[in-house]
Order: sequence, then structure tokens, then C-alpha cells
Amino acid sequence: MIILFIFLYAPILVLAIYSFNESKSRGNWTGFSLKWYIELFQDRDIKTALYYTVSIALISAIVSTLLGTAASIGINSMRGKIKSVILNINYLPVVNPDIVTGIALMILYISLNISLGFNTVLISHIVFNTPYVILSILPKLKQLDVNMTEAAMDLGATPMYALRKVIIPEIKPGIITGFLMAFTLSIDDFIISYFTKGEGVTNLSIVIYSMARRGVRPTINALSTIMLSVVLLLMIIINNRSNTTEKSKRIKRNEVLK
Amino acid sequence: MKKKLCFMLVILTTLLIATTGCKKEEKEILNVLNYDIYIDKTLITEFEEANNVTIKYDTYSTPEEMYIKAKAGASNYDLIISSEYMIERMINEGMVNKLNFDNIPNYQYINEQFKNQPYDPNNEYAVPYFWGTLGILYNKNTVDVSSNSWDILWNEKYDQRIIMMDSQRDSFAAALKLLGYSLNTVDEKELDEAKDLLLKQKPLVMAYITDGAPDIMINEEADMALVWSGEAVSAMAENENLGFIIPKEGSNIWIDAMFIPSTAKNQPLAEKFIDFLCTKDSTLRNIDEVWYSTVHTEAIKEVDEELLNNEAFNIPEEDIKNMEMFRDPKEFIDLYSSRWTEIAAQKSK
Amino acid sequence: MKDKTKYFSYPYIVWMSIFILLPSFLVLLYSITTKESNGITTIQFTLDNYKMFFNNMYIYILWDSISLAALSTTICLVLGYPAAYIIANANLSKRNTLLFLCILPMWMNMLLRTYAWMTILGNNGLINTFLEFIGLQKLNLLYTKGATVMGMVYNFIPFMILPIYTALSKMDNGLIEAADDLGANKKTVFRKIILPLSMPGVISGIIMVFMPAVSTFIIPQLLGGNKNMMIGNLIEKLFILNGDWNFGSAISIIMMIIILISMSIMNKFDVDKEGGARLW
Repeated sequence: MIILFIFLYAPILVLAIYSFNESKSRGNWTGFSLKWYIELFQDRDIKTALYYTVSIALISAIVSTLLGTAASIGINSMRGKIKSVILNINYLPVVNPDIVTGIALMILYISLNISLGFNTVLISHIVFNTPYVILSILPKLKQLDVNMTEAAMDLGATPMYALRKVIIPEIKPGIITGFLMAFTLSIDDFIISYFTKGEGVTNLSIVIYSMARRGVRPTINALSTIMLSVVLLLMIIINNRSNTTEKSKRIKRNEVLK
Repeated sequence: MKKKLCFMLVILTTLLIATTGCKKEEKEILNVLNYDIYIDKTLITEFEEANNVTIKYDTYSTPEEMYIKAKAGASNYDLIISSEYMIERMINEGMVNKLNFDNIPNYQYINEQFKNQPYDPNNEYAVPYFWGTLGILYNKNTVDVSSNSWDILWNEKYDQRIIMMDSQRDSFAAALKLLGYSLNTVDEKELDEAKDLLLKQKPLVMAYITDGAPDIMINEEADMALVWSGEAVSAMAENENLGFIIPKEGSNIWIDAMFIPSTAKNQPLAEKFIDFLCTKDSTLRNIDEVWYSTVHTEAIKEVDEELLNNEAFNIPEEDIKNMEMFRDPKEFIDLYSSRWTEIAAQKSK
Repeated sequence: MKDKTKYFSYPYIVWMSIFILLPSFLVLLYSITTKESNGITTIQFTLDNYKMFFNNMYIYILWDSISLAALSTTICLVLGYPAAYIIANANLSKRNTLLFLCILPMWMNMLLRTYAWMTILGNNGLINTFLEFIGLQKLNLLYTKGATVMGMVYNFIPFMILPIYTALSKMDNGLIEAADDLGANKKTVFRKIILPLSMPGVISGIIMVFMPAVSTFIIPQLLGGNKNMMIGNLIEKLFILNGDWNFGSAISIIMMIIILISMSIMNKFDVDKEGGARLW
């Protein structure tokens, strides 16, 4: 088990250590320095990439969550063959390797004479994000107690009201999970963005790819250390929040039981 | 309450992104496509600020890649910098606009030696950017280059310490020259011989890398690499143990040039940018960044002594006589591509 | 009410037709037509592109990709199952930390994780510097098939651990206790109860590792030195370098078919009626 963790973390930690190395070389340590971090912050490519990565991830996650939630609600009320056909088509981007999806979309845009750029990357991200949103929400919808919605309507609620006040709160965990998944997949995407980008649009993965092809670059080490810290921080925050909600739940439960 | 807050946050962020996106669109936009690490980025920022425009800068690594995206109509670049043989092809297929040289007064500083070349015989379509050659970067302490021949790259003594390029025309150039053939040949027999030579070499090759070789050589993780002259200059600047030779059988001379594709939306601005890149100052800054040989008559006067003494930068006249420029093989390009795929697919360790 | 909610899905159905069905159809179309050589689009239906694939060279590339991916998947399974098991059986507070530690690398950019190995495996990289230091001979680690496999395992192992952990943690402890009470020893409990019940997770994990492993092109390029062409590299080269979109599309279709076939074989082992790949 410990060996596994060493295996998992060694490379990242090595990069982190070398990001503070004065010299470019991989073998020697010549002294502590922050110069690679400074170079990183001045790098025009990285700044552009960061802007596009975050904005595309955010917009595509929001759009695919909206699209996916509506779609899930609709699909859930379907039955039979139509439902399974639609579900299977929906899962195509999930099942297909990224490279096939990326190429298919590139062919589509070119055939429709849409020039590659920000919009094409955005659309592509929405295409591969939405199935995952649906994947997160559909199971929750299934678990939803049908009787609750019917009860709400018996009590006089209109269908829209029932939707807003009953269904959506119940599937909220699914919506949030879906959104987070879409966001994460977008941020990390390489292949699909690689084939559908243009006009100066780039993302973090693509920039790292070009830099990595040129060899070991200390600025990448600096970038990876920063990303590691951000992710670590995020996870600690999330972990703490779930711990505090658990703790407060436990406290409330104890109070009730008393 | 919390839900409303989240909702507001979401709307706010979307608006923010939308408005920052909109702000940029008020300025004129110039779409530029260039090779990777082939420009001093501060020049881009300087031009943007001086002219109050936005430059969207894309990069690519092989000319074939650029051509395919341009041919498919996938891109709307205003200015592209690429290699002469690909420009030749695009000119022949009507994909390049004629330049208005009234907008490019600094063209006068381009060395006559680089004008009237086969790819643009009447100097109507392109402005030279950098030029250079193909050669072998080697470690002076471990490699014996006394033969001064391309066959050094095939020497079994350096098993797994040899780096070749992941580029069909360049790797084939080395093989064809070693065999004494033209590197523009479309003779299938000659190409097959070159292919067999490259197949024979594959077990000795450490990796097929484009752009990454200098870094590996600087770290002395390999003994020799097939590189372009500028890469050699930058590598030698970081490690004194490295040297560069242009083999006696002859090599390739190439010119990279700037041109405006037919899909350009803003030709005047593109021409302005070309002119800007042709100033002495821009050229000197570019040389500092990419280390390639310059076409600029004024800039070369102010280049470092050290660089002028470096044969990879200041390529000797007698070597140039022995060099061939790549030409567009037109429909015969498949002869190269199919053989290169065969080599790449070949089983390896 | 049910009739009305059905309409919610209509926007997405339109979306899917344009952005999922249409592209797939176009790829199929490209795969069964020939490259136009003088700008005039000739719609000539042919299976030539598929025939071209059935050539020793390309079949070898496919075979190589599948075997390397299978090797990586097996290693991920061998390392991942015990890891998932340990996490699932840890006490609650430890469990979260362990899970957290396993997921964290997954959140790091995949290219960074691949690039990290370039630093470590290089001829003057970390491992070799260490070997030299203790007096042993340097090893040729980078730009080999082994490096490619290592890169794949490193990148994809969290995708194996997670589904297996989910399946194991959802297991009803009552079943294990019952088996215990009925006199089964630990080995039998594992073989007859735990293993079969964790199968859905194992299947998920295998699919989630095998699929990206077989189709990646970055790892064989950066870590393999472009010496061992995999099917992902071939497709990329055909589209970006050779411009042979017809042949490239044919190979894409072949790859889609292979993956769909392997998924349906895998799903035979999965009793889940929902189908499809699931993370949790």
C-alpha cells in the first residue's frame, strides 16, 4: 500500500522539488531559487492558456449541467425502445476514445464550414461533458419517489412548481456531482481540444504538451507545484466541509436522541 | 438562500467572462500562425500595445500539419510563417495572397541572396524570416566526426545514443544525401533505398524527436542528434562540449518565410506586422531568442562576435554551395508519407 | 404531467443529432469514400480504406496497442485491487484520507503526470543519477516500451482503484458475516462472495483503464520516443500529417467497433441492467 503511494506521489514531488532548483539540469541541485516561478508568471502562453482553460471549463460546465438536467428529467419519463436508443447515443462520447470524438467533431466543423476557434472548443467540451452530467443525474431521478411528486400535485401544486420545489432539490446532489465532473473533465482535456482549437485558443494541457516536447522545462515544474498546491487546498477544504457537516449531523442526532 | 447565492455567483461569473470576452473584440484582431518557439514573445506584446490591436498567436510543429488545416478551410489566419516548400505548394494551389510591398518598406533590408528563390521566383508572395540548414549536433568528447559524413548517424558504436527527427523530409534528407541522391527525389527506387537505410538505423535510434533534441544533448543524455542549425547554436551556447557538423555529402538549406493566406481577413494589419518583424531591432531580438541565421542585412552587422564565429550560425559559403533546398513534391508527397509511416510502424525495442 | 416533462429532453435530442450522430455519420462516410485527388469531390463508395488496414504493418500496430494496453490494465488491476480492498476495509477516518490520497493525483493534469516521468526516467534523470551514485550501471529507461507501460499505469491506476473501492464499500457486510457463520474460511469468503460481488467494479475499472490506454498517443510519443507506433499515433498522423482522412476515418471506425465489442463482452459479466461505464 505504501509502495503504491510512493509510486503515485514520487514523480509529482520530484517535480515540486526541482521547481525550486536553481539550475535547469535534472541531476544536480545547485541552490534554492524562485526564478522559475517568476518566469512562469510572465509567460504569455501560460496566461492565455489559463484564461481559456478556466473560462471554457466554467461555461461548458454550466451549459452542460443545464442541458443535462433538462435532458435527464425528460429521458426519465420515457419508456421502452426510444429511451434505450437515446441513452445509447448519449453514451457514445463516453464510450468512444477521446481521439475518435475529437476527430469526428473536427470533421463536423470543417464540413459545416465553421472555422475552428473558441466556439468550436466550447461546443466540443459541452458535447463530451453533458453525457457525464446525465450519468450523474439519472440514477438520482430513478431513486426519486414518484409518490412525492404525485403527492405534491394532489396538494395543489402545478407541474412546474412540483418540478422546482420537489424534484430539483431531491436530485441536487446529482446536479452538483455532474457539474463538478464536467468542470474537471474540461480542465483536464487535451485530445479533444487539440483537434478542435484554432485562433489562439489553447488550454493548459496543450501548453504543457508543447513545452514537454521540447524537453524538461523548469517552468513546467513550477506550474505543476502550483497546481498540486491548489488541488491539495481544494480537497482539504472539501474534506473539512464534509467533516463539519458530518460532525454537525452527528451532534444534532445526539441531541435528538437525548 | 444558499441556492440563490450560488445562482447569483454563476450568473455573475458568466457575465464576467462574457464581458471580458467582449472587451477584447473592440480592438482589431490579427491571427498569426507560426512554428513553435520561433519568436520573441515580447515583440508580440509590443506590437499589440503600439497599434492597439490583439494578436491571437497559434503555433504548430510541422508544415504538413499547417497545410492540412489551411486546406481544409479550418482556419482564418491573417499571417502564417512556414517553410519554403510548403509555401511553394500553397502558392501553386492559389492559397496565398500577393503582398503589397508598399506596406512593407523594411523589405529592403532582406538580403538579396534570399530573394528570387524557386518557391517565390518573382518575390510576390513571401518575405523571408529566418534561414538555416540541417546537420548533426554531437558531443565532442564522445563522438568521432572525422569522417564528416552522414554515416555517423548510422554508427553502431553509438547504439541508443542517436536522436533522429520525427519529420519525414528531414530524416529522409539525411538518408538520401548519404546515398548520394537528391533530397527532392521522386524516384521510387531511390526512396526505397533510403527507406531501407532508415529501417536499418531504427534499432540504434534512442528516439524520434523534433524540438526536444537540444535539451537532451545539453544534458548529455545522447551523443548525437539530427538538428536544424538554430537548435545547434542554442545547444552549444549552453554546453561547451557540443559541436555541429554539416556532412560532406551535402545538406539542406531552408528558408522560412512569412506569407498571407487567402483566408486572411486583415491583410493590411498583417503586412504591418511583417514590416515590424523586419526591423533591425525586432530581428536582433528574435535572433537572441531563437538563434537562427538571419536574412537581415543590417541586423547581421550587430550580431555578437561569438555567434559570427559559430559555423552553425554563420554557415560557411562552401557548405552552402553544396546544399539543396526542399521543393514541393506535389502529388508525389505520398511516396514519402507512406514510407515514413512504414518506418514509424516498424517494430522496435 | 409525465407527457409534458418528456419535452424537456427535446433540446438535447436535437443537440445529440447534430453533435453526436452527424459527426459519427461523417466519419463513416469518409471511411467508405476515396480521397479526391484534384479538388473535385468524387463520391465513390469503396471498402478500399478498410482493405488497406488489413496489412501486416497496420495489424501489427493494432496488436501492439492492444497488448500494451492489456498489460497496463493487468498491472493496474493487480496493484489496484489490493489497494481498493485495503481502503474499503480501513476504519472510517483513515478511509477518507486514503481515498483522498488516491484521488489527488487524478486531479493533476494528465500531461504533467506523463511529463513527470520524463524527468525521472531520463539517462541523466533521477533514477539513473541514483544508480550512478551507488555505483551501478545506468539503465536505458526512457523511450522504451516499458516507459510507455509505466506512463499508462501511472496515469490510469486511480481509475481502477475508484470503481473497485465503490463496489467493495457498497457490499453488504451481512453476507460476509453469514458466510463466516456458516463455517467458510477467509479464502473461501473472498473467492465466493467478495470477488463476485466486486466484479461490477472490476469491470468498470478495466474498461476505464483499457479504453484510454489503447487510444492514447501522448504517452507513446513523450515516453516512448515515437519508436513504437500505437493506433492513436497512427490516427493522429493520418489526420494531421498525411491528410488521409479517409483511411484515418476507417481506422477510427475499426477502433470504435473493437471497443464496443470488448465492452459488450465485459458487460456479459456485469449483472447491472443499466449498462454503460459507471464511475460510482
